[in-house]
Amino acid sequence: MSTLAPPRFRLESLAVWRRNALVWRRLMTASLLLHFGEPFLYLLGIGYGLGRFVGELDGIPYFTFLASGFIAWSAMNVASMESMWSVYTRMVPQQTYEAILATPAQVDDIVIGELLWCGSKSLVSGTAILAVAAVLGAVNDWTALLAIPVIFLTGVCFAAPGLIITAYARAYEYFNFYMTLVMTPMFILCGVFYPISSLPGPVQTAVQFLPLTHAVEIIRPIVVGQPITDLGFHLAALIGFGLVTTWIATVLFRRRLIQ
Amino acid sequence: MAHWIPLQIFHFGVTASFLIESLLTTCVTDQTRPLPVVHCRDIRKAFGNMVAVADLSFDIQPRSCFGLLGPNGAGKTTTLRMLLGQSPRSGGVLEVFGQDIDEGRKTIRQRTGIVPQADNLDPDFTVRENLSMYGSYFRLDSKVMSERIPGLLDMVELAPRADDRIETLSGGMKRRLTLARALINDPQLLVLDEPTTGLDPQARHMIWSLIHQMKRAGKTILLTTHYMEEAERLCDELIVIDDGSLLAKGSPAELIEKYCESDVLEIRGEVEEIPIDALPQAWRTEKAGDSLYLYANDAQGLVQLSQRLTDMVCLHRRTGLEDVFLRLTGRALRG
Repeated sequence: MSTLAPPRFRLESLAVWRRNALVWRRLMTASLLLHFGEPFLYLLGIGYGLGRFVGELDGIPYFTFLASGFIAWSAMNVASMESMWSVYTRMVPQQTYEAILATPAQVDDIVIGELLWCGSKSLVSGTAILAVAAVLGAVNDWTALLAIPVIFLTGVCFAAPGLIITAYARAYEYFNFYMTLVMTPMFILCGVFYPISSLPGPVQTAVQFLPLTHAVEIIRPIVVGQPITDLGFHLAALIGFGLVTTWIATVLFRRRLIQ
Repeated sequence: MAHWIPLQIFHFGVTASFLIESLLTTCVTDQTRPLPVVHCRDIRKAFGNMVAVADLSFDIQPRSCFGLLGPNGAGKTTTLRMLLGQSPRSGGVLEVFGQDIDEGRKTIRQRTGIVPQADNLDPDFTVRENLSMYGSYFRLDSKVMSERIPGLLDMVELAPRADDRIETLSGGMKRRLTLARALINDPQLLVLDEPTTGLDPQARHMIWSLIHQMKRAGKTILLTTHYMEEAERLCDELIVIDDGSLLAKGSPAELIEKYCESDVLEIRGEVEEIPIDALPQAWRTEKAGDSLYLYANDAQGLVQLSQRLTDMVCLHRRTGLEDVFLRLTGRALRG
């Protein structure tokens, strides 16, 4: 098999997913507290507090605007953290992948299993925020539940670049570059806190190349209950980004794990 | 009469197939030994300009225990990684169970169990869960696993610790669990990379007895080790490699016979005072640190000499694999 070949899905990847899910289940209470507690405080503090001054943005109450942005951001954030810190832990200190690679499972199964797992973690955290937002009265319609598959997709698409960084990482500190240079700018610029239309023209064009923009553009209208403009374009951008980075991550992981 | 004809045809069929079968069997047994489990011809591995393994050839026969010996950095682990398909080879033929390692990777893996050098048990799970989790990577049925796991835990004497976390286990227990884990898929080939390094004598003996048990169960075993006593006890055949090249091949007894005299006298003390030139020509001397080794096929002569050297510490013994190993690879320290 050429190391440059595209990744192949096989059922062994589900065993990798299942491993992580079983570990997570053991620490589920702590994890859920984080996933529900944090957005609850954020939304209450920033959404209500700041919302009182902001009022509405793009015809959406600020609280709802922020909650929907948080959902997309959280999907990115959780998947990125998992695909960097946790994957590195399994790869280097724990040597879990070395053990897995002694079985019929292959590097592709590890990469795809981890991507699916990162997507699943995003799904839990994003859905938790959605639930909190609904409880606090920010969501009006059951159609908001359609955001859930998009949250999963967003998580998977952001896990892949995280894996690319991990494939090069020699220590945990390595991830700070990606956090500071890539994730934080997306958090600030991609429409989580304010509409992209308020940015200067050239920056508006630039943020179209940042995948979080497209996740926000899909998730926000679903949560708010508005029609999605340019759904095909945003989906294609997000999925295209995910596919390319998944391919690169797979190639890099093959090089890192098989020498 | 009607039933006679079909019966006759049936009978003819049986006879014919019997004939063909016995003919085939004869051909196969006449021409070849049983297919080797591992077949390497001129395998090599280069990392850039550095050649880690150079044109290594050997076969591992079914149901045998095969040793891969060499000092640190000799290329043992690289060779193992190539055999396991964990490291692509730079050249040569490499077949396991008659299949090219790259083409048959998945089926080869299904029939192979691996005990790696470094502990990589899953710290997030218990003893029992480590086995079931590992089995899930083989996509083993949970029913098959629930049948196998208690037996494996009994075999490695970890049944009372089944629900304990990995970090509570001693080094010896972790090794035993790693061995049990390697057996979850009931492999025909078992690969053990330095299985007893760092273990106390009790744990080491337990691992040895488990390996013997595996051999009796008909498994083929590939073993790397630094301990010559271990290789001498366990291996039917072994190779010694250094700098990635083959130095010697054979059974422990053959190697001792070929590369060493029958006896050795190890002398410690003021060995400079011993008149080496006055010793018989056939004796071979080797000096290491403040010890002098005298190798000879003359046990009596060595004993007589030791009796004269009253002010030195003398140890007379039969030569073993360790002497062969040191002769082949030298006494210089390795990295």
